Amino acid sequence: MRVKSNAFLIAVSAVILGLIAGGILMLAIGSNPFEGFFYLFRGGLMNMERVGNTIATAITLMLVGLSVAFAFKTGLFNIGAAGQMLVGGLCATLVAHYVFLPRPFYLLVIILCAFAGGALWGVIPGLLKARFNVHEVVATIMMNWIAYWSVYYFVPAYLKGPSLETESKSIAIEQTLRSPWLTKIFGGGYINLGIFFAIAAVFIIKYVLDKTTLGFELKAVGSNRFCAEYAGIRVNRNVIISMMIAGGLAGLAGMTFYTGYSRNIQIGVMPSMGFDGIAVALLGASNPIGVLLSALFFGMLQSGKGFMNAMTDVPPEIADTIIATIIYFTATSVLFSRFWDSLGKRKKKRLDAKREASAKEAGNA
Amino acid sequence: MSHVIEMLHIRKEFPGIVANDDITLQVEKGEIHAILGENGAGKSTLMSILFGLYHADRGVIKVRGEEVRINSPNDATDLGIGMVHQHFQLVQTFTVTENIILGKEGSFVLDRKSAAKRIKALSEQYGLSINPDSVIESITVGMQQRVEILKMLYRDAEILIFDEPTAVLTPQEIDELMQIMRNMVKEGKSVILITHKLDEIKAVADRCTIIRRGKMVGVVDVASTSQAKMAAMMVGRPVNFKVAKQDMQAGKPVLEVQSLRVLNNKKVPAVKDFTLAVRAGEIVGIAGVDGNGQSELVEAITGLRPAVSGAVLLNGKAITHASIRERNEAGIGHIPEDRQKRGLVMSAPLGSNMVIKEYYRPPFSKNGILKQPVIDKHAQDICDAFDVRSGEGILSLAGKLSGGNQQKAIVGREMALEPDLIIAVQPTRGLDVGAIEYIHKRLVEHRDKGKAVLLVSFELDEIFNLSDRIAVMNSGELIDVVETKKTNEEEVGLMMAGVKTKEAAR
Repeated sequence: MRVKSNAFLIAVSAVILGLIAGGILMLAIGSNPFEGFFYLFRGGLMNMERVGNTIATAITLMLVGLSVAFAFKTGLFNIGAAGQMLVGGLCATLVAHYVFLPRPFYLLVIILCAFAGGALWGVIPGLLKARFNVHEVVATIMMNWIAYWSVYYFVPAYLKGPSLETESKSIAIEQTLRSPWLTKIFGGGYINLGIFFAIAAVFIIKYVLDKTTLGFELKAVGSNRFCAEYAGIRVNRNVIISMMIAGGLAGLAGMTFYTGYSRNIQIGVMPSMGFDGIAVALLGASNPIGVLLSALFFGMLQSGKGFMNAMTDVPPEIADTIIATIIYFTATSVLFSRFWDSLGKRKKKRLDAKREASAKEAGNA
Repeated sequence: MSHVIEMLHIRKEFPGIVANDDITLQVEKGEIHAILGENGAGKSTLMSILFGLYHADRGVIKVRGEEVRINSPNDATDLGIGMVHQHFQLVQTFTVTENIILGKEGSFVLDRKSAAKRIKALSEQYGLSINPDSVIESITVGMQQRVEILKMLYRDAEILIFDEPTAVLTPQEIDELMQIMRNMVKEGKSVILITHKLDEIKAVADRCTIIRRGKMVGVVDVASTSQAKMAAMMVGRPVNFKVAKQDMQAGKPVLEVQSLRVLNNKKVPAVKDFTLAVRAGEIVGIAGVDGNGQSELVEAITGLRPAVSGAVLLNGKAITHASIRERNEAGIGHIPEDRQKRGLVMSAPLGSNMVIKEYYRPPFSKNGILKQPVIDKHAQDICDAFDVRSGEGILSLAGKLSGGNQQKAIVGREMALEPDLIIAVQPTRGLDVGAIEYIHKRLVEHRDKGKAVLLVSFELDEIFNLSDRIAVMNSGELIDVVETKKTNEEEVGLMMAGVKTKEAAR
């Protein structure tokens, strides 16, 4: 329990320091940081539609963050979420165009297909790692480019839109993840059913990691593969499973992005959220609940930065700089944990001293 | 009274544990002062406070009679306190001279020559016989330790702290180190020796401060105190150096190794045509110098390494190609050689570690769902039964436990499986007498229940103390198997060097 609250404090400290650094940066370019931040947060939160957009951005970040965090628990660095998103998104887009079913069945099919597409893209590096000890970072980066160029080929060949060569034709609004009642609550925007899938995924992954034998094995392999091997756990099998699930989660992220947030898939674009998810996982300390919270925070920055740019002379890159600074501070979290530890200790000491003094007094009396 | 160091009423707390509770240490000038305590008793914490790595919550430190504040190792160095750590801090590719002057280079232009000259002089003064121009990676561990000592002397240390200095040394090197310590005292330095080895204290120390569970038990004059007395003070009860062991009739073979051949990491045969049986109700000890194929043999039996040819049988059934889990289930328990690497997941709580071989089957899980209350209870039972002490009980991360408690946890976990065969590799390495006695007793108990024990140890004392039969291994081959009662250390020592008994008799 103590460890968890510590991770939370570290994340909050990193966020605050990141914001301060962003403020200094705004000052340096001659802008008013209070005004900048005011519009940054206002842009993410000022009305229901904006909140909806913040959430819509957070959905994808959450699933990618979960993907990275999950692989990380098994000691794997999944840097291929972008490619897995593309493949999952492509599968979802195909389903959206060609499969017509009653809504619940349709959602089930699109989820399964997106998951399967991402899982396929994840399991290949997993197999390579297990079988030939190819480092997963190299393999997943390569898989990113295979996905990128596959989309480049597939979209114009099979999903060409009426006007543009560079993107697929738009999905009919009823076939997307958007939902009339959600859209109505939030007064338009990009909000979609993905939020329920993402939250469900967070809790399922949390359950798997904390309460199941599968999670036990994955964590054992991730923390000490030699001990796991000694205990009779099949290390390679777990590496493959972990990459498969991580890929599937990123595939779902692709679905929420390409058939929920947007309605088509562009060629020649590597989705930057595939990499932002690493930041989400890092800030969330690879903990599913942490990922949920940090995805919401990053989602707010992402969706607010355009508004900040429109209302002030602060460029949107400042928001990205803040994100980068936060990551930087998270990565140096050792410093914070020491700081909070020493603070806690000092407080305890003071309490001890007080207790002792009163005990003495009582003794004297 | 010329106390060169005084640590008065030191208290240091870590979350959940009081590492030092009102400890007072007074070291006189020109003496070798030993600090004796079990692993986790608080010796290292106390020295880390003296060396500025930790801060005492309470207490006073005086150096040469003056109260000081030591905030960092640099402060300690300035006060003339030097520490030889258990793990050396040397740059492998630098020479002795370069390592010693590192951080004390002086002016901008490196003056290696005069530094080397001074090092040479110091080396001769204290009988270290070090060549200042040798490269660190080319000299032995014992020599590397001397470089660490020289580093302190070069910085004009008056008080030298040695933290478990003999753990990495051969017997000859240990003798030489003792001599070096005596030379230092002769030259007017003071030495603090942290250890849990009684014979070393007896051999070299003048006085000894004994610590138990963070509290000071007493200061004794070494010459007039027996080892048994010191051991009892350290552990808190009388200690048996020899395990009581009844004669037992061995039963049918539990483990049979037949003409086994195993390769090492370099694909060179490490175990050659090895045949051995361990029967129910006996302890077979494998004696041999480290690196003669013992690790590979154990790994082949436990399934961590494939056998090239030959067979391994457990209770008459071939398990040569079985998976590790199948072997675990068939009844092999394994106390691994490296508890940090293989034995425990250091970043996981003790509770999870206690079921790492059983989590997947009832009662610990059902249909893939863990049953945490059952797991916790099992882990708690092991910790209670095997006296595993930790700050936060089964919630403590395994890495936060002291070495002895980590080992007791592993032994407990393996014993709780009630395996037909326990393979114990170096089960007491780095442990203090209390923990050693405890683990030895448990292994003998296991044998007394009619189970088999295969013991691998590099310490002849341990082999002789526990084994019913001794198998001697040299460069991957079985030299001979002898009954403990019918042999002696000399004969086994010769066999360890590769000399067969019959040849020796000739």
